[in-house]
Amino acid sequence: MLRFALNRALSLGLSLLVASVVIFAVIEVIPGDPAAFMLGLNAQPEAVEALRDQLGLNGSLISRYLGWLGGMLTGDFGVSYTYKVPVSELILQRLWVSLPLALYALILSTLIAFPVGLIAAARRGSATDYGIMGATQLGIAVPNFWFAMLLVLVFAVNLRWFSAGGFPGWDAGIGPALKALTLPAVALALPQASILARVMRSALIETLGQDYIRTARAKGLTRRQATTRHALRNAMIPVLTIIGLQFSFLLAGAIIIENVFYLPGLGRLIFQGITQRDLIVVESLVMILVFAVILVTFLVDIAYAAVDPRLRRRA
Amino acid sequence: MRLPAQLILGGVLTALFLAAALISFVWTPHDVASLSIPDKLQDPSATYWLGTDHFGRDTLSMLMVGARTSIAVALVAVGIGIGLGVPLGLLAAAYRGSLLDEVVMRGNDLIFAFPALVIAILITAVFGPSALNAILAIGIFNIPVFARVTRGGALSLWTLDYVLAARVAGKGRFRISYEHILPNILNLLIVQGTIQFSLGILAEAALSYIGLGAQPPLPSWGRMLADAQTMIYTDARLAILPGLAIVAMVLGLNLMGDGLRDVLDPRVRRARG
Repeated sequence: MLRFALNRALSLGLSLLVASVVIFAVIEVIPGDPAAFMLGLNAQPEAVEALRDQLGLNGSLISRYLGWLGGMLTGDFGVSYTYKVPVSELILQRLWVSLPLALYALILSTLIAFPVGLIAAARRGSATDYGIMGATQLGIAVPNFWFAMLLVLVFAVNLRWFSAGGFPGWDAGIGPALKALTLPAVALALPQASILARVMRSALIETLGQDYIRTARAKGLTRRQATTRHALRNAMIPVLTIIGLQFSFLLAGAIIIENVFYLPGLGRLIFQGITQRDLIVVESLVMILVFAVILVTFLVDIAYAAVDPRLRRRA
Repeated sequence: MRLPAQLILGGVLTALFLAAALISFVWTPHDVASLSIPDKLQDPSATYWLGTDHFGRDTLSMLMVGARTSIAVALVAVGIGIGLGVPLGLLAAAYRGSLLDEVVMRGNDLIFAFPALVIAILITAVFGPSALNAILAIGIFNIPVFARVTRGGALSLWTLDYVLAARVAGKGRFRISYEHILPNILNLLIVQGTIQFSLGILAEAALSYIGLGAQPPLPSWGRMLADAQTMIYTDARLAILPGLAIVAMVLGLNLMGDGLRDVLDPRVRRARG
């Protein structure tokens, strides 16, 4: 187990290193000088040069890369060009919108997908199953940002139950903050729930066909008992993988949804960073998102290996 | 053999949009480039079948040209994925366990680790927003998908007797890959291609929606939705129609993909029967 974990940790570190090089290289290609951008059109060349010096833009490629990487390892992400505050502060502040939003959506998606997938699998081939499969097929085809617009249309414009966007902040209390995140979370959750329900269904159908289920039934367990005690647990492996993947997807997918609802999250930050040439914000954010994705995958892998010894041999 | 209902339904939906896109090259009910402010925000009528937008442009014509944009972007992106991913996957499988295999697979994992949307945004930010850069951004993420499917399919074939026979006959790994492996994984690639095509349509819509895809005046479904959002209080129709077009197109492709899998993959067929 330890060897497996070390092995995975090594490849985690390696992936992160390569990712950081790629991100740094891509950002280097972006045209436009942040210093000139900050000072405006009429800036004196000397002033631009001085600012470039101050921002550390004049060092060699390697020294700038190492500086950036070293800074991130010690929690220093540099200072945003446009906001003039430390990037770590910006990100932390925005994380309090994006992370709860992603979690909210993940919980919704799981809460919908589990029973739906279970029912579809238990009544395989019935009209209910076909209905559910049809509905999830539709759910996958709906772009989440359009679904978000429809939700706004129905619940904000017509029914006026929710506001069409904005975020009051957690200072306003948990209730109002969660309310502001509800429509975005539902919009994010629907396509994910559709995918998850389908995965759940096929995983369950697969395990329900196994010999140990027949044995359990032969022992005298009812269909329901066999499903909940044996099939469900074994079907969790693919389902958990998808949930792990979805979390990172939700975090990244929030970019678009946050723009629909004008939520001050990581998505809007990255978007604004790109349009304002705030490169330090963009590269740090992308790196953090990549880190989150790789870390979640790593944790899911480790969790499996801990639960299921058969998977350790793969490494 | 009876064709599955979903294949027929999916095929019809897809064909409908393909036809609309093709027809838009030679004919649209109105010119999408001509603005006519007096005719703005009209409800559907005999002249404007689906009404007009805030510039007085005909919605149906915009949807038809938008279909062309979506399909072109997604199709070329799939082409990039197949063009680079399939050869890489074939190579990795032919030299299984070699350094080459390792590099291809690790590279794949790496691309998978990047949040696709973030990178697509990054690419379009670096090279400027345009339909072409949207294609590149979406296409890059298709490469590992096809490489993986190809390698997986090819690996199982390499163990089969007829491949062994071909090796004994003196055929090289390249020739075997091309003559024996590729034709036998074609069904996998067709199914995956359909799935990636539909994902490409969704990705293009998302990129255009946030202003990083097709640029005005070129109509695209995502762009139309972005424009409609500001008018959601006054004219909901404009926010609904392009979304319906996206859903119908993606649904059609997904149904077709599932149907094709049922027909082409003997294992699924047996499991169902």
